Formats: sequence, structure tokens, C-alpha cells
Amino acid sequence: MKIQLNNREEEFGFTQLTITELLAEKNFTFRMLVVKVNGELVKRHEFDQKLVKDGDDVMILHLITGG
Amino acid sequence: MSVTYPEAISKYLSRFTVGIAGCGGLGGVGKLVIADYDIVTLQNLNRQYYFHDQIGRLKVHALRENINRIDPAITVKAFDLKLCVSDVIELFAGCDVIVEAFDKAEMKQMIIETVLTQMPGKYLVTGIGMAGWGKTDLIHCLRSDRLIICGDGVSEVSETLPVLSPRVNMVANMQANEVLEILLKGFVPPSPESR
Repeated sequence: MKIQLNNREEEFGFTQLTITELLAEKNFTFRMLVVKVNGELVKRHEFDQKLVKDGDDVMILHLITGG
Repeated sequence: MSVTYPEAISKYLSRFTVGIAGCGGLGGVGKLVIADYDIVTLQNLNRQYYFHDQIGRLKVHALRENINRIDPAITVKAFDLKLCVSDVIELFAGCDVIVEAFDKAEMKQMIIETVLTQMPGKYLVTGIGMAGWGKTDLIHCLRSDRLIICGDGVSEVSETLPVLSPRVNMVANMQANEVLEILLKGFVPPSPESR
């Protein structure tokens, strides 16, 4: 599948992935995250169920301290 | 009466209210709503808009004073509190745009989730990743509907990577620039003959 990840096109050798699997594929091990799929916020407890499919627009924000 | 272009922009912007969540290093519209629970310390002065003689005072009070020294016509509503979900919804309901200017990652996450899920239609401009120095090219802007993220997304503050004025204020000014872009969408320039 091809998805938009943080405004960049990325290709994965799967037809679909859960958010948890997508984070593992990308080696994203951040503690504080905001995830949006097609504009909808995905809460942490939904990461194992929410599926990302071909054509989806995904935003994964890593929240870090400083300001 | 002739109106200069900058005057026309000022007049147009005076109708808006902007909410600033956090009054540290990140934080000329008509009305500002500011909230923070912290006091001014010596360590803040390298990058935040406070003066040495304001150390120990509440940031919201010191900042209101400083803004009104620049322009007494700006209305600043100051809230001395640590923002929680219900405060965000209540205090910033009347704002045209909300600016996230927190320090802690947990607070950034809280306001993003709150605005996205409970304040539909509201713009939120956040700053994420600005510790250290140099690496100017890494600082960028990411937009997703009404959520705008300014910063490099990776530079977290740590013992060896402090927050310093140049990068913090680059991100703060980038946030301010995004706010202007949002607010000035409906701006109609004065016609040449009226100038």
C-alpha cells in the first residue's frame, strides 16, 4: 500500500497495517504521540485496532519538551 | 482620508482574538487571551520577553504589562492557572486562533487532542522541536487541516541541549506568521486611490 505519512508518500509491503504495526515498521518508539488518520484523531487505546489502508493520509507527531 | 497598507492590515487584525497557551519563549492582534501558572526566573530571560526586575512575578502579569507598554490599546486577558482540558475549551472558545506555547510534551499532547476532538473548526498552531542551536534548515512547518506544527520535530530539550533564544524565537515567529496567514485570509487591501 501507498500512504501519505506526514505529507510524504511512503510505500509498505502490506495491504493494511494497524497503527501499532505501522509504528513498529517505522521504528517509531516515541512515548508521547498524536496520530491522525484522514484528519481524525486516533487515541492510544485504538492503536491496535485502527487500520491504515492504501491511500490513507496519516500524521504521526512525536511530542517533545521545549519551549 | 488616506490609509496606508500597514494601517489597513492593523485595522483588519484589530477585530481578532488570539489565545496563547503558555507564556514562555513561544508566546499585534486586537485581543489576546494568555494563560500560564509559572513565575519569571533568571533562566527564562535568555529567550523570553521578560526583564530582570520581573523575576519572581507571575508570567501572565509580567507579560500583560510588557505587551501594554508596547501598545496600551491591546486588550490582554490574563489567566494565572495550569491549563486543563476544560480550561482550554472555556478560555479559548472565543479565540479565532489558539497558539500552543507550552514547554512540556504532555501539555502539548493535551491541547492538540482537546482542540482536535472538542473544538471543531478551531485553528491550533503548535511549536514542536526547537532545543539547541544551529540546524536552521531543519526548522519547518507541517500543516494538517486546522493543525499547524512549527519546529524541527526532533530536538528535545535535555541537559546537553538547552532551549536558547534564536531557535525558540524562530519557531515562535513562525507560529506568529502562521497566525497572520490564517487571520489575513479575508483581508482586502485598500484600493490605490484611497491610499
